[in-house]
Formats: sequence, structure tokens, C-alpha cells
Amino acid sequence: MRSVSLSPGADLGGFRAALRRLIAEGVPPEDIVWGSAPALFAAAPVKSAPPIVLPRSAAELIRWDICHRQAERYALLYQLVWRLRHGEDRLLEIASDPLVHRLHRMEKSVRRDVHKMHAFVRFRRIETSEGDHFVAWFEPEHFILEMAAPFFIERFMSMRWSILSPIGALHWDRDHLILGPPARRQDAPESDAFEGGWRSYYESIFNPARLNPTVMRGHMAKRYWRNLPEAAAIADLIRSAPSRVRQMIEQEGPVARKRDPEKAVAAMAQQSPKTLTALNRLITAAPPMVKGGTRAVLGEGPLNPDIAFVGEQPGDQEDLVGKPFVGPAGRILDKAMTEAGIDRSKTYVTNAVKHFKFEQRGKKGFIPSPPPGRSSTTAGGWKRSSTWSNPRWWWRWAPRRHSPWLASRWQ
Amino acid sequence: MDEKLTRKLRILADAAKYDASCASSGSKGRKGGKDGLGSTTGAGICHAYTPDGRCVSLLKILLTNYCLFDCAYCINRRSSNVARARFSVEEVVTLTLEFYKRNYIEGLFLSSGIIRSSDHTMELLMRVAKSLRDQGFAGYIHLKSIPEASSWLIEQAGLYADRMSINLELPMAESLKRLAPEKNGGTIASAMGQMQERILEAREERRRFAPAGQSTQVIVGADEADDVTVLGACATLYHRYGLKRVYYSAFSPIPDASALLAAKPPPLQRENRLYQADWLLRYYGFSVGEIAAGGRDGMLELDIDPKLAWALKHRDRFPVDVNSAPRELLLRVPGLGVRAVDKIVETRRHARLRLGDVGRLSPGIKRAMPFLIAADHSPAHLTDRADLRARLTSPRQMSLFG
Repeated sequence: MRSVSLSPGADLGGFRAALRRLIAEGVPPEDIVWGSAPALFAAAPVKSAPPIVLPRSAAELIRWDICHRQAERYALLYQLVWRLRHGEDRLLEIASDPLVHRLHRMEKSVRRDVHKMHAFVRFRRIETSEGDHFVAWFEPEHFILEMAAPFFIERFMSMRWSILSPIGALHWDRDHLILGPPARRQDAPESDAFEGGWRSYYESIFNPARLNPTVMRGHMAKRYWRNLPEAAAIADLIRSAPSRVRQMIEQEGPVARKRDPEKAVAAMAQQSPKTLTALNRLITAAPPMVKGGTRAVLGEGPLNPDIAFVGEQPGDQEDLVGKPFVGPAGRILDKAMTEAGIDRSKTYVTNAVKHFKFEQRGKKGFIPSPPPGRSSTTAGGWKRSSTWSNPRWWWRWAPRRHSPWLASRWQ
Repeated sequence: MDEKLTRKLRILADAAKYDASCASSGSKGRKGGKDGLGSTTGAGICHAYTPDGRCVSLLKILLTNYCLFDCAYCINRRSSNVARARFSVEEVVTLTLEFYKRNYIEGLFLSSGIIRSSDHTMELLMRVAKSLRDQGFAGYIHLKSIPEASSWLIEQAGLYADRMSINLELPMAESLKRLAPEKNGGTIASAMGQMQERILEAREERRRFAPAGQSTQVIVGADEADDVTVLGACATLYHRYGLKRVYYSAFSPIPDASALLAAKPPPLQRENRLYQADWLLRYYGFSVGEIAAGGRDGMLELDIDPKLAWALKHRDRFPVDVNSAPRELLLRVPGLGVRAVDKIVETRRHARLRLGDVGRLSPGIKRAMPFLIAADHSPAHLTDRADLRARLTSPRQMSLFG
């Protein structure tokens, strides 16, 4: 009989060392007694044994199950490794095997505990000489503090926080995670300025007509309640729910006391911009949807012209100057107009899309076509601007691929 | 937190609670880092549960519950006598940040009554989202878009929000006209279509625009629409506008209910069956027609789930052999979920499955038994028994399989 003693909690390092040695010596699972005692194993000089290669899924399973509260976890995991190395290398793919099934259920329980810790930790703010410090007291079911830590670090990286628990503590100083010794509930602050508001929110968001405490307890087990400030409201909410619903149902359809704001309702329907100037003001005020452009390039020319020219979208030159068709394409347009005897100042020139878009692809700049629908972004405005500028003829300029709305309307 | 703000919070949370779409899932990759605050994980976290069994994941509030619309089913319609309040943009930002820092919430779910005009309202919503992002907030933001608002405002909002949603509310155009006179089905549909275009476009251009997609809510039981109508409408939405989720919300009694629409207990069971049917549509390869075939007169059975209902009416397809049947067929077996089926398919490559094995892979084995053949199990005549439905629904009979 071999006796192995590991540190209390999730002793992954100790288990790994023991595993290597025991497997190297070929000790079968039934000959080992696994126990836990403070730091005995770590203190003993460990003969290094060769590392064991395990399937990734097994390593992952060990990482989770090692956190389980059950003392039997080490024995079960050793059995798994033993079987994996004795002819059952695909064992983990047989989810119906009783050992695998049990280990998976343990994993699920640990994962769930981590998830619940992410959900149910409630910070309370205290002021210290270094600024705000957020402190929480939490009682996890398994040895999961380190497994749960990355989530809090990522989410609250810019805050200083501590999570205290009976099995240890996590402290984050905005740069490092420090593991602390087990703490007591009274080490955490007793209240927080926003807890009252949070509880009010919790009470108000509850719909008494859908009362279903069983489902609530399924998701939020009672053992968490004592550390959740909002849980103090639960009993009252459940008790008063039936009478609140009865009251709502028995109540006659009421007569509106004062609210029939006729004028406001009428005004609501009249919200669209009324003039081209108003529409343009809106377009100018909106920041560009995509990177590249610096400003909106608006249409130019008199209202009620004989001809209006509609391009696809402004280019870099147009973006710099803020006027449509002033780049190479504009020069071609000007030349063509001159040849045709059209005075540009008497036409309305604009683009379907108002913003320049530019993409750096490697060393080259690239002006992509507007994707489908982009031109209809301003289509609402378009239809309106067409009535304002009201030309006799429209000239559509080279949409390269999709502009279905323009194509059908202006071709 | 001062009393005035708490009072507003009570009113505006109460006003928002009938919107069911509270999940904070599907967005990822946003991280506040050292200077900002927050993160979005792939699957959202439920930070609390209220005694109605619903999760509290987001700070779900209205910016204001003053409203110019008069939708009969809504507690905030202009003709209702509820207490009214209005948050400032800054107040919402403060509440969100402070709640978030204490790990109460995943982010903000903001909607609003229509005040002054749809554009004005949408602009306020957009400003809240923008202001939060400007302050480095990387948590989840879900904005309810106002379908009547101008497209450019909705587009601006999508730059800052993780999810945008537009509520369909009523699946039939006639009921919309009757119960929500200011709303228009065509406007809602075109707003959804536009949102879908923007989302696809942003994906093509690899930039962020409502990365968690769009969702909608349908109220069940406020009008006469039957289940097949509701599911048909939703299947179209999934198909046409690429919606991430449709939320079904049982019409719930509200204080100060409209005379047009009497308060009555919410049809919770019906809502539950619709969710199950929705899952069958999205993950189990069922069509609306097949789900309808399991029910009666356009309604789903209330006492059994839609998959079992379908199976009982198609017994010629069963039993299926758990060791050889293709995945699609296993998915049709009542009691076997997608994950159980995937585990079965993986496991059976290495071992012939016995009933006990299946029991370890699926918690729904009791319901599945009459429809399954395993290495040591054949349902024999059980599949075709006339009283199978009663056996599966009556809790006392369950021990028969134990």
C-alpha cells in the first residue's frame, strides 16, 4: 500500500508530481491511499520522474476535477490515467463509461461553481489612501478561486479589488494577482452606497404574474442567498405576488385621467427634415460610418436644374475639398460637359453615398465599392432630395456593382 | 444613491420588465483593459434571478416611460395612468457604470417610450450608448431601436451597441393596427431589413456593428394569432432578417390595463411550448409544418412538448436504433437533446450502447425509451400502444420505466 498526501485544496502541482512518480513505478490504483495534509508532500524531496503524455482532453479534465471538493477526486483521476495508459487510450471518447461519466459530472459541477462565482460575487466599495477598493465576500462550493480569477481580472482590470473567501483570497492591484490566506466574513465591508438602488431594481424588475420560485431556486440555490444583497427581498416578493396579480386582473379598464396629448401626437408624425438644407445638416452632423473619410461631401448646384448627376461615392480629392466631382473623375465630367455644351453650374452634382471610404491593403490604398445597401442608407434622404432638387433629367454615374435601388430608380 | 434617482429607477425598471429579451449573449472581443471597464464574454452571465424565475443579466430600464404611442398591451401607453419618470443621459450612464463595477450586471438594456418624436428618442438612446463607450465601457449594450426613427440614427446607434432589437410585438398586421395604432408592420419589417443589411455589411468590412446581431419580441396571447401563425411569422424573421433570437412573451396583466385588452393570467405554458418549438425550428431540423402536425387546429399541445407530440403522431418512424440511426433521426427522438445526440454519435464509434449507457448520456431517457432500440433494449409493442401518450404524461406511470 502506498500513501500519498497532497496539500488541501486544488493541488495540481502535487498531484502531477505524484502522478509521474506513481506511473513511472507502475503502482496500480488499488494500491494507493490518497490523503491530504498541509504541505507534507511538497516538503518532501521529490525524485523527478519523467513527464507523462496525456491526451489534451484528459489534461483539461484533470485541471477541472482537481478543484472538486470530494476527497475521492485524486483516486478517480489516477484510475483514469492508469486506464488511459493501459490499453484504453480512447477512454475519454466513451462518455457512457461509468468512470468517465462520473468525472464529467464532477467537471460540470466545478464549472458551474466557477460560473456561479462569476455571477454572484458582489463588490462593495471602500475608500483607501490609494483610491477606491472593491471588496467582496464569497463562499464557493469547490476549490475554484484560481480558476475563477481570469474572468475578474479581464473585466475589472482597471479597478483594485479583492475577493475574500473561507478557502483563500484573490487580490488584484491593477497589475498583479496576489493569492491570500483564507478570510472571514467580517473582513469584508458591510454595505455599499448602491446596494439599496440595486435591491430596488431587483424588486421592480420582478413580474408577480409570472411567479415561479422553483425555477429561481434551480438557478440561484439558496446557499448563495446570504451573500446576495438582493436576496433579502425574495420572501416579500413571493408573499405579495398573488394579491398584486388579483388586483390587476380585477381592476376595471380605467379611464385615462389626463393624457391625450393631441398636439404632441400630431407633431410626432412631422419629424422628417423639411428642406434639403435640413437634411444636409443631419448628414453633416453624423460621423462617418466607416474609416477613411473626414467629412460628408454634400451635393452641389441649384434646385430645379435641368440635369442632376449622381455619382457613386466621393473619392480622396472630394473628401479633402468637400465638394463632389473635383478629382480625376470630375475632370472627365467637366470635359464631357464642356464638349456637350452643358454649364456645370446649372446642374446638380452629388453622390449616392456621402462619405469617402478608404482601406489600406498592404502598401496600396484601395477604394472599395460601397457594399449592397450602403447607397440606400441615404435612400430615404435621396427620395426627398430628388423632390427638392427636382431635376428634369438624372444622370447616374458608374455604380460598379450593387446599387439596386439607384439602378432601378435612376437608370 | 439618492432617493430621487432610486425612485426613478423603480418606475423605469417596472416599466421595462415586460420586455423578455434580456439575454446578453453572442457578443465577444470587447475588453476594457487597463483604462476602461468591462468585457463581453461569448455567453452572457445571469447575475441574479427574480422569483419569476427570470434572469437578471442587464440593467433593463427605459430612458423614459412618457410615451406618445397608445399600444393597448403596453403599460406605458399614453392613456395609462402609471407614474411617469425620465432619466437624463448622465443618470443612465452613472447607474450602468456603478452597477457594473459591483458585478451586478453584464451591461445595459435600454429602451424608451417615444417622446417628442421617434428621431428625438432614438438620438437620446444613441447618446447613452456613445457616452458609455466614450468613457471606456466595454460591457454589453442592447438598444431597442425605434423603427420609426430615421435610418441614420439607428445606424449610429449600431456602432456602439452590441445588440439592436426591434419588437414585432404582434405577429398579425390586423392586430397591430387595432392594438397599436401608431405602429406599422411595414416600417418594422423595413427597419429589420435595414439592420440586417448593416450587420452583413459591417461583417464584410470587418468592423463592429451590433456584433451580437438583432433580436425581436412577440407578445403571445394579446391577440387571436394561433401558435402556427406565430411560429410562421418567426420562421420568416429568422430566414429573412437573420435574427439571432425571437423572444416570446406571454401577455401579462399590467396595472392599469387598457379596456381594449382585459388583464388575464399570462399563458405561461403556451409561451414555454413556443420556445420549445422555436428550438426545434433552429436546431433540430423541424419545419413549421411538421411542428403544426403535432398540434391541433393551429395550436401546440400544452401538456406535452412539441417534439413528443410530433413523435406520437409519427410512430411509423420509430423506434430508431441508437447504435445505427443517423444523427437527424436521433434528433427526432423525444427526450434526446442536441448534446446527448452528439455524445451518442461519438461514443457509439467505440462501444455498442446499452440502455444504461444512453441513460448516462441523456437525462431524458424515460421519455426516449419507447422510441429507442439499444443493445439490450427494444420497446417491442410499447411504441404502438394506444395509451403511450397517457403513460408518458402521467407522472404516476413513470415508475414503469424506472
